[in-house]
Amino acid sequence: MKYGLQFRDVFAAWEFLLEGLAVTLALSVCTMVLGFFLGLACACARTYGGARFKQAVTVYIETIRNTPLLVQIFLLYFGLPSLGLRLEGFDAALIALVINLGAYSTEIIRAGLEAIPKSQIEAGQSLGLTPWQIFRYIIVFPALKAMYPALSSQFILLMLATSVVSQISVQDLFHVGSIIQSRTFRDFEVYTVIGCIYLALAFMMRGVFAVIYRQVFAR
Amino acid sequence: MSRVELINVSKNYGPLRVLNDVSLTIETGEVIAIIGRSGSGKSTLLRCLNGLEPIQSGTIMIDGVKVNDPDTDLRKLRQNVGIVFQSFNLFPHLSVSDNITLAPRLVLKQSPDQARKIAADVLARVGLADKIDAMPQQLSGGQQQRVAIARSLAMNPQLMLFDEVTSALDPELTGEVLRVLEGVAREGMTMILVTHEMGFARHFATRIVFMHEGKVWEQGPVAETLSHPQTAELKSFLDAVLN
Amino acid sequence: MIREFGTGDIVYLVFAARWTLALTALAFAGGAIVGLTLAVLRISPLAPLRFLASLYIQIVQGTPLLVWLFLFYFGLSIAGLPVNAWTAAALAYSIYGGAFLGEIWRGALIAVAPTQWEAGASLGLTYVQQMRHIIIPQAVRIATPPTIGFLVQLIKNTSLAATIGFVELTREGQLTSASTYKPFAVYITVACIYFLICFPLTQWSRRLEERFNVAR
Ligand SMILES: Nc1ncnc2c1ncn2[C@@H]1O[C@H](COP(=O)(O)OP(=O)(O)OP(=O)(O)O)[C@@H](O)[C@H]1O
Ligand SMILES: [Mg+2]
Repeated sequence: MKYGLQFRDVFAAWEFLLEGLAVTLALSVCTMVLGFFLGLACACARTYGGARFKQAVTVYIETIRNTPLLVQIFLLYFGLPSLGLRLEGFDAALIALVINLGAYSTEIIRAGLEAIPKSQIEAGQSLGLTPWQIFRYIIVFPALKAMYPALSSQFILLMLATSVVSQISVQDLFHVGSIIQSRTFRDFEVYTVIGCIYLALAFMMRGVFAVIYRQVFAR
Repeated sequence: MSRVELINVSKNYGPLRVLNDVSLTIETGEVIAIIGRSGSGKSTLLRCLNGLEPIQSGTIMIDGVKVNDPDTDLRKLRQNVGIVFQSFNLFPHLSVSDNITLAPRLVLKQSPDQARKIAADVLARVGLADKIDAMPQQLSGGQQQRVAIARSLAMNPQLMLFDEVTSALDPELTGEVLRVLEGVAREGMTMILVTHEMGFARHFATRIVFMHEGKVWEQGPVAETLSHPQTAELKSFLDAVLN
Repeated sequence: MIREFGTGDIVYLVFAARWTLALTALAFAGGAIVGLTLAVLRISPLAPLRFLASLYIQIVQGTPLLVWLFLFYFGLSIAGLPVNAWTAAALAYSIYGGAFLGEIWRGALIAVAPTQWEAGASLGLTYVQQMRHIIIPQAVRIATPPTIGFLVQLIKNTSLAATIGFVELTREGQLTSASTYKPFAVYITVACIYFLICFPLTQWSRRLEERFNVAR
């Protein structure tokens, strides 16, 4: 049996692919921003907060990190309506992704904050700086630098993981791919093209992150 | 045939010339103490001798075998050239016995029993017969360094290189290692030591080689060279180390 | 026909987890073979080999797992093989797992001090002997905690096999949810089962890591 690869039908749907790409990008960017701040809040709560906070954050992180993203999304999208809360696909996806990324970035951010030697903070204190000044002038920059590599790879993983939202019919790049597939039956070609687009996106993100790092931290 | 012969050896790290036209001949049974300032190329010289570092020009011969020749079997050569490092470099996951017997078993194809007998023997020579089944982490720095020497001795080398083997040790531990080195020297081993222990050099070395800026700046018999340095550089170096 | 979500369903879901574990085992085995090869190539003295291994890792880590699953699922028929979720999943997860394990293990190999290679070389050991007797045993200790960590990722990611109709825990959850119409209860149960499998592994990995850090 001979199978001729044929990409024409796939490329014919380029506008549709672009729409999907836009959704994937929107979802990724929103998740990165919101997830980062959620992680930051939780990391601060865990590092500087009281025992209650620490416990709550730990439970949150462990729950999220030990269950699959797909199940978390299903729970929000299919499960919540039976409790009387109906979410749009995009909203459910965004919330699930933010909660998920928040848990992973908490760990990364916490490690970054803890990478600052105690002696640095003590030096700040002995110079009479306020806690806020210590945070602002002594902790933030080196902590960001320490967490940057792990955080940026986590962001790329997140972008790739957004493909999972296709399973609750959010029209992201992957879902658009499966629609094109059902129209053209060019399954292998569709997923090859989709895969290449994700790959290009991942490389672009890596490039952008590298440039930012060089501009901001490598001095 | 000399045991070691360096002819016009030069070595660069990138643009940095670390060994600059070094020539040196060492006969069997000699104990050479290499001294010199930090960064003068002493460690590099030792590492070039057993082929850990490539050289850019010149010739290094050991027992008539050219080290810097792509056709030379470096593994074969290294069986005859032991090296002991400043930082011991014991294998942390292996017991003392396994550290010592690994190469004899794998390289010299000794049987486990035979290798262990030799291990017991070399450990006795470094005064650690009772530590044969210990793990490296359970030993003091001085003991670890003696095991590293024993590990080299077990290969029965013709030439031994020592790179500041006491520098990482507390002063009270250097004595035990130096005594082991004395023992090895007495047995007639050809030895090249990079050392800051002038007392040791004075008593056990046959020749002093003073390195400066990648060159053999001055060399000669120990007593004479140390008491009547010919160059200003050696003079000021000796003033600094002897206070 | 809608029925109640009861103990029977929970037991059924728990049993479905064995397919999750089976797929994980398969994926880990395949990924380990690919990963070990990649790790060794990545530190090879030969630049082209290093480049190829690194290219592979970059590509796989830059593509969603979902894409690999679908590519293999549909690619099988193009290759003239019977379309089978097991085969597709096994291949996709091996490709995917290999890239991540390859990176983890390469990290462990280069975390062993270079002086250990030198000490081995100075004793006349061959490259392979240095690798086998000196570097790998030490790297294994370093690699164990992150490898268990990745195993947890793998277990969670086997849930994606549900999308190509592979019946494991998540797929069984979908089916149960459809027949009982109790999605919340079903997915909470599914999540709990994943948690019960993953959490002990996470803790184990963390404890090993702490012990390792203390030992250093
Ligand atoms: N791997 C390397 N790459 C680049 N430069 C190196 C390397 N190893 C050593 N050097 C440089 O080569 C010069 C000589 O180094 P070497 O270690 O031989 O000095 P040394 O005499 O042993 O000094 P010390 O007494 O501090 O051990 C130094 O300037 C050092 O910075
Ligand atoms: Mg040195």
